Amino acid sequence: MLGLQILIDGFAVSALYGLGAVGFTLIFGVSGVLNLSHGAIMVTAATVAWALAERAGAYGGALGGLASAFLLSFVTYFAVVRPIQRSRSIPSEETEIFVLTGTLLWGIMIQVAIAYLATTSPHTVRPLISGVTVIGGVRTPTNEILTAALCWAAIGALTLLIERTRAGKALLAASVNPRGLTLLGFELERVHLLVWAIYGVLVGVAGVLLGAFLGASSDNVGTLTASAFSIVVLGGLGSVPGSLLAAYCIGYLETLTAYLVSPSLRNIPALILLVAVVWARPQGFLGRR
Amino acid sequence: MSKLRLPWAVGAAVMLPLVAQAAEPIRIGVIAENSAISGIAIPNAAQVAADEINAAGGVDGRRIEIVAYDDHNSAADAVRALQRLSSQDKVQAVIASYTSEVALALEPWAGRLKLPTITPGAASDEITKRVHDDYAHLKYMFQGYLASTFLAQSVCDAAKDLIVDGPLHVKTAAIFSEDAAWTGPLDAGYAACLPKIGVTLLDTIRLSPDTTDFTPIFNGLEAKKPDVLITGISHVGVQPTVQWANQQVPIPMFGVASQATSTTFWKDTNGAAEGVVLQNMATESVPTTAKTVPFAQSYIKRYGVSPAYPGYTTYDAVHYIADAIHRAGSDDPEKLVDALQKTDWTGTVGQIRFYGAGDSHTNGMVYGPGTVSGLFVQWQSGKQVAVWPKGVAGDGRLVFPAFVKAAN
Repeated sequence: MLGLQILIDGFAVSALYGLGAVGFTLIFGVSGVLNLSHGAIMVTAATVAWALAERAGAYGGALGGLASAFLLSFVTYFAVVRPIQRSRSIPSEETEIFVLTGTLLWGIMIQVAIAYLATTSPHTVRPLISGVTVIGGVRTPTNEILTAALCWAAIGALTLLIERTRAGKALLAASVNPRGLTLLGFELERVHLLVWAIYGVLVGVAGVLLGAFLGASSDNVGTLTASAFSIVVLGGLGSVPGSLLAAYCIGYLETLTAYLVSPSLRNIPALILLVAVVWARPQGFLGRR
Repeated sequence: MSKLRLPWAVGAAVMLPLVAQAAEPIRIGVIAENSAISGIAIPNAAQVAADEINAAGGVDGRRIEIVAYDDHNSAADAVRALQRLSSQDKVQAVIASYTSEVALALEPWAGRLKLPTITPGAASDEITKRVHDDYAHLKYMFQGYLASTFLAQSVCDAAKDLIVDGPLHVKTAAIFSEDAAWTGPLDAGYAACLPKIGVTLLDTIRLSPDTTDFTPIFNGLEAKKPDVLITGISHVGVQPTVQWANQQVPIPMFGVASQATSTTFWKDTNGAAEGVVLQNMATESVPTTAKTVPFAQSYIKRYGVSPAYPGYTTYDAVHYIADAIHRAGSDDPEKLVDALQKTDWTGTVGQIRFYGAGDSHTNGMVYGPGTVSGLFVQWQSGKQVAVWPKGVAGDGRLVFPAFVKAAN
């Protein structure tokens, strides 16, 4: 009974972690950008979905949240990332550190704006389905099952896009050899636009689902970014399957700790694992280098 | 005659500003976390009280001015704000914070700056114990809210009437509280008073205020089969309540849940609060005193939501500070502290008095029937329905959602 409970709860949490981290790793893989405003965009999606749900219903709210994350990811790219990448006064070897700082500050701005407009109190997005389903004696909120299913649907759609479409293959190529891709006549700019669009959708879905599953507050921004960052480092920077594997490792490790040790120590073993992996295998589970 | 008129007129013109200057405003500082449900109620309620007093002609002809700072719930920011209120804004008194950790950080500074400071919502017993232990230095600090020990006592008193003797016949309980300064004495109080009302304590969970996933905690508690969860939560609230409802945890929640004291809680939880029973200082529909409902209504009219619990205590604090300044006839902090200690004010939460230097809760709000005993409400269909004490609750009854087993 306890085993099944851990299995079910861990699966849903891990799926959510995975979806959040996949977008983050994809952007890094394709364009070398570590977007530290990631958590802020997720919380924006959740908060907008919550605010709209009262007037537009659960589905309208969810769509609104998704749209807000999509827009915000483009704003992040055009207003923060691209100007830094194109700036002539920033030496090219320092671009990455400037992008890190820029997106970090941008994330803080969004966080403060959310706190100002919607308080620091957590908000929970109205669940798309209410009620509970009993799986082998374990009472599971139906919305939790839906959350896991939607996460995997989004990850599946992403896989199809990358493996089966020309645009997706260009994306994959850009992460391996961007220079080669430009020589083949692809515009790198368009590939980057595509990856930010995909990121916007993924982070929006993740944010809305997080808001419905656990609730989100502007105070969670830092933790969410850190969690995506840890998962991506653990899985290997830029590797999508690596991130999913890492998300499940961390998700189950946390759930096991919460059930078998103490809920207050939930994050600790995952952090120890992260330190151990960085130490023993710095490229992560499935990293290329 | 006409020669005399001009000097008179000139004299009057010179005198007028002097007369106006004589009525220096009374400045009251406010320090709170403006982005939190409970925090924002503090400056808002202070302003409502100040406007009311000013509209009625002020205190002895002096207007009340509120000087408010946001401390972002940081002790360091709050201390800086207190220093600024003292040195730059030259306030006569301060109303500060609903967080015990912040109030405890302000306490020595209130002493050093000799600035009467009242917390309208921090509950730790340590605040008043320190005043008792070092009275000469710390007598400037007041607790304008019930100490944790009294909160625990009020939960037990209400639990006895409502769920032990009542139709639920509760026999076992688990404490569900957050790990913070104010819950130390609260949990100790629960552990001491629950057995006295015939309830066996099965487990105590002190959860980290950073917790976002409460599933393992609820599942662990459910396995121990307590009849009720006795809550002590303030910095968390929305998430455990929503997850309690989504997972249909079959155990009722009963106790202190500060975020749930504001009407915004219903919307923040999408109605998951249904059935939650909580201690509140007052609520907009129950005339604890003749002042409660009029204040709540003017607050709602102005801000669109009902005041969270420190809203009521802050509104009262502005009034009894003004009353104390009037009685002291002076802005001198020593005289003001003396006058505040002699407070006997009918506020929105009851008859407000403070314990004296001989009591271990020196300068703390007196708890009990005839003074302030708190109020228990239950969220029912978007409204806080008063259920205890019987004198004010009328015929309000407990109604739990279908998934709560005790309901059947």
